[in-house]
Amino acid sequence: MVVRIDVTAPDDPAARQILDSAPLIGVDRLVGCTVTRVHHVRGELSDSDLARLCSEVLVDPVVDVHTIDAPTRSGGRVVEVAPMPGVTDGDARELERAASELGLPTIEVATARRYELHGELTDDDIARVTRRLLANDTIEHCREGEMAPEFAAASAADVRVESIELDGLSDDALAQMSRERVLSLDVTEMRAIQAHFVGEGRRPTDAELETLAQTWSEHCVHKTFRAQIELTHTAADGTVTVSNHDGLLPALREVTEELDPWWLRSAFVDDAGIIAFDDTFDLAFKVETHNHPSALEPFGGANTGVGGVVRDVIGVSARPIACTDVLCFGPPDLPDSELPTGVLHPRRIREGVVSGVADYGNKLGLPTVNGAVLYDEGYTANPLVYCGALGLLPHGMHPTEAHVGDRIISLGGRVGRDGIHGATFSSAGMDASTVDSVGSAVQIGDPITEKGLIEVIELARDATLYTAITDCGAGGFSSSVGEMGEELGVEVDLASVPLKYPGLQPWEIWLSEAQERIVIAVPPANLPELQTLCEAWDVELTDLGTFTGSERLVVRHGDTPVVDLPMSFLHDGLPRREMTGAWADPAPAQVTTPTVHPSMVLELLGHPDVASKEDIVRRYDHEVRGGTVVRPFVGPEADGPADAAVLKPLGTDGPLAAVLSNGINPRIGRHDPWAMALHAMDEAVRNLVAVGGDPDRVAVLDNFCWGDPTKSDRLGSLVRAVQGCTDGARRYRMPFISGKDSLFNEFDGEAIPGTLLISALGLVPDLGRAINSAGMNPGDDIWIVGRGSADLGGSLASDVFNLEACTVPKPLDDPLPRYQAIHAAIAAGLITAAHDSSDGGVAVAVAEMALGARLGVAVVVPADGLDPFTALFNEAPGRLVLTGSPENRDAIATALGDFGRRIGEVTGGERIVMRAPTGGGTTGALDPLDLALIELTIDEAVDAFTGRRAS
Amino acid sequence: MNAPPILIPHASGTNRDGEAAQAVRLSGGDPRIVHVNELRAGSVRIGDHAAILLPGGFSYGDALGAGGRLALELRSWFADELTEAVSAERPILGICNGFQVLVKSGLLPGPWGSARSVTLTENRAGRFECRWVTLRVEPGCRSGWLGAAGGVTIRCPIAHGEGRIAVADDSVTERIEAGGLVAFRYLADGPRPTSEIPVDAKGAYPANPNGSVGDIAGLCDESGTVVGLMPHPEDHVLDWQRPSGPAGNTGRPLFDAFVAAAR
Repeated sequence: MVVRIDVTAPDDPAARQILDSAPLIGVDRLVGCTVTRVHHVRGELSDSDLARLCSEVLVDPVVDVHTIDAPTRSGGRVVEVAPMPGVTDGDARELERAASELGLPTIEVATARRYELHGELTDDDIARVTRRLLANDTIEHCREGEMAPEFAAASAADVRVESIELDGLSDDALAQMSRERVLSLDVTEMRAIQAHFVGEGRRPTDAELETLAQTWSEHCVHKTFRAQIELTHTAADGTVTVSNHDGLLPALREVTEELDPWWLRSAFVDDAGIIAFDDTFDLAFKVETHNHPSALEPFGGANTGVGGVVRDVIGVSARPIACTDVLCFGPPDLPDSELPTGVLHPRRIREGVVSGVADYGNKLGLPTVNGAVLYDEGYTANPLVYCGALGLLPHGMHPTEAHVGDRIISLGGRVGRDGIHGATFSSAGMDASTVDSVGSAVQIGDPITEKGLIEVIELARDATLYTAITDCGAGGFSSSVGEMGEELGVEVDLASVPLKYPGLQPWEIWLSEAQERIVIAVPPANLPELQTLCEAWDVELTDLGTFTGSERLVVRHGDTPVVDLPMSFLHDGLPRREMTGAWADPAPAQVTTPTVHPSMVLELLGHPDVASKEDIVRRYDHEVRGGTVVRPFVGPEADGPADAAVLKPLGTDGPLAAVLSNGINPRIGRHDPWAMALHAMDEAVRNLVAVGGDPDRVAVLDNFCWGDPTKSDRLGSLVRAVQGCTDGARRYRMPFISGKDSLFNEFDGEAIPGTLLISALGLVPDLGRAINSAGMNPGDDIWIVGRGSADLGGSLASDVFNLEACTVPKPLDDPLPRYQAIHAAIAAGLITAAHDSSDGGVAVAVAEMALGARLGVAVVVPADGLDPFTALFNEAPGRLVLTGSPENRDAIATALGDFGRRIGEVTGGERIVMRAPTGGGTTGALDPLDLALIELTIDEAVDAFTGRRAS
Repeated sequence: MNAPPILIPHASGTNRDGEAAQAVRLSGGDPRIVHVNELRAGSVRIGDHAAILLPGGFSYGDALGAGGRLALELRSWFADELTEAVSAERPILGICNGFQVLVKSGLLPGPWGSARSVTLTENRAGRFECRWVTLRVEPGCRSGWLGAAGGVTIRCPIAHGEGRIAVADDSVTERIEAGGLVAFRYLADGPRPTSEIPVDAKGAYPANPNGSVGDIAGLCDESGTVVGLMPHPEDHVLDWQRPSGPAGNTGRPLFDAFVAAAR
């Protein structure tokens, strides 16, 4: 018997959101909408059983109305949407569990959503609303009218292992096989596999071929970053240099080894980088990308992106304590006509991604505290989703050595057909057909299962129950078990793996990227204790097999052989790539700057890259765990922008706190990717120092998102950016401790702008001395550190006011002394507020401080030999605006030395007054006729920044 | 004086139990975080604790509505123990998801077992939101133990998507107000106290962040033993946790009163 229960909350905000969004997608005739939660229940329930299920679980008597087997029909057009078979249906599983809790007969549930749409709607309107607002056809199916339920398919077990003929295949045939099976291997790699199996005198199994493809994927093994690369670099003056690069990743590691500060605990070898916090604890930090999945299914892509990076931190035995996210989208106002076929609208992607990040982070109980949001047409088809996680672990409590005889234990989620080919799919470009071929690579997360993993791993770690640990991510077991057993060899039986539904073939079980799984190595004697722990915390445990010492990867399904590969071929058999790249710096262009006008500052404050991100960030919990010292929003009205996040980890003693910041500037990279890297590192440090972070204790992560590296211009700019990173690490004495590259961010051959995110982790020695950009008092002096640059290339002002500038500001040669000076002044309590000058230059920085503090200011921006426009809006590195009491004027002057100049005061009124000398003098040429004047009110600045243009 | 043992039940998806424990400890209690599976198995007994604090989070992922499944478990597994705790006047405090659980289970505003006429549902803005608010412990609240903090102003964050108090009809609001069941109310001050004399938010967003009827941020039951609220006073028990402005207005008086009543 199948019963249909429809539950509607007449006052549902979801319905209002659909009504509000319809005009934005060109549907003006939608006048009413109701949203109904549909539950198809199969089982032998009596009427009273049904009534209990409704009253105890499904229906809130205050806000809901419900019907049984009688969906309401109010005259509108009906669209129903249901998850596709195999896609996680959390509500259905919970309802099944609730029924058993109530002592009702066993039921099976399938859910759906029902929309009734009112108005004079055309078929096109219905199609548009359905596609854009109601359903995502990657994971859901929908139809007009009522839909029959699809319960989880009860297909039979299918232990089939296919063997694949490679012998005698031509290069073309090998390439075709790679394409058709989504292996993402090139012909050289296919040939190496062919040769291996011809040598063994047998055919590979499907699982062996897939295992090699996963392990050798760009995603897992970073082929480009390990390749031998020849770079042809043409400088702006036409000088051509050809250089050879013996691996980009080794170059990044080499600087870290060279710097090797005492507080560095682990770099590059683990799932996350680790540095010392205090005498007792270490901090683990990792940033990942989840771009391809987020393009297809924004909610699920971002959702599992957070889940994945949090598992990276669990994978070094740390307790996750915070999240970060940096998001790059196409323009939110992009006309539909300019949207490529098969691409979701940037607004839809943004909504889904933000909801996905919020859902996962919030449900894990992690504060999402630092990030950025950027918009550029180049991200329309390839949005970027950087997710970061910070973790805390007691020093010396991360075991990394499994022993022969240890059991291979998987903890967490069950395995389904979800996420198969994620690693290889993200190692290729996309086009309009991508959804059809790799829809299975996209999944929805289950944060509550992951929360259980966090709890159990922390307890198991403290009880020293395991000897090694790794995250189960891209490539599923094939990667995690394959990597973990690299030294010893492993034997695995897939027959014991719990499945979400039957019918998976062995290679699918082996490759599934089903989320929320961690693999650990456990001595047999510890298994009972771990089992007890897992039962107490509702975490499922699976014994997969054992570490053998055979140095082979052996996988069976019961008695059926699935994989038998030597670890040496799996991990060292990949032919090294030889690649060539080229990059030419642009020749300098003549730039004519416009006359300065006050509206320019407002225009920059309101630019999507600068303007307040409150609409997004308030959907993230940034307070949970009670350790947030500097939040994303500062000032008395909590709407001024913060430079960085300061966190006091719960459970740690003393005044020491952690600080997280980031730097990212693809605008500069368009002209000069080398400089982009140095500028991004500078921005990360500026932000970190601005809240009180110590510039001598900073570790950084690199995250490269680029186009197809087999194209020489993409690779050329990538190599230049890596060169910038290694030069920067030396100049700033900041070691890279981990990183990630996401390549092939292309759609129909169009690449994203090469985008480097630098994420910084540092320490604030005394959280009582942490400051923010809005902490100043009326009467305070305003200071500036650093000098302006005549080069406007890559600046926001150059973009907004359509200048032809292409020469970017010169990076700093010796940046540390100024940051040490500023830090000393902040640590001494001399500085009341600090803010970095970045997008929009000093003019925007000063305006942001004033609006955040709701205090008027008056400054004379030093000319530094520049015209007023350039003086106000240039984005030279190394500049911060500081405030301090006049009583401390001498002490501040001494602390800042030659780096600091006093440029004005916090007047405290309603006005923001900025003057820039036209005479080209250094400062304070106070003849009013020589001054370009910017004068705004605080209200105007607040309105422009927050988008509240009402007042 | 001995620190009274205070039970902090943890269900899958619970978080902010660590901060709740910190707040209890600072007020002199002995917090004990226990998984509900252990309570259900009987290896730890509810009755061995002097008070219960249901913390925030997303128990069971908020599937089937925030707090819904844990509420069902309270009713089906722990009805006797909870009835006993209430009759023995052992205080029960629910914060955020814990408050949702108490409301969905019918304990708040009660009486337990009667048809529910109050609920917590989606915020007026239709989404999760995190921001600091100012609230007042209602001086007229009938809860005896909360009386020690009566009239106190607290600044603390909210972080919820389903925090709007909704009632079946106006008569319910009248019963709650007249019966002294309103325990906390949102004030107009928003992120920082600006006024000498506290003024109610009067429904204005964002001071009342979710559109709750009557600016109600928290409730108690007829006995006064069970108290719940949506905001997170446990996230402001140390001065450095405040975002800006002068020190003070922490959640400490609430936890002092809670722990004192447990002694």
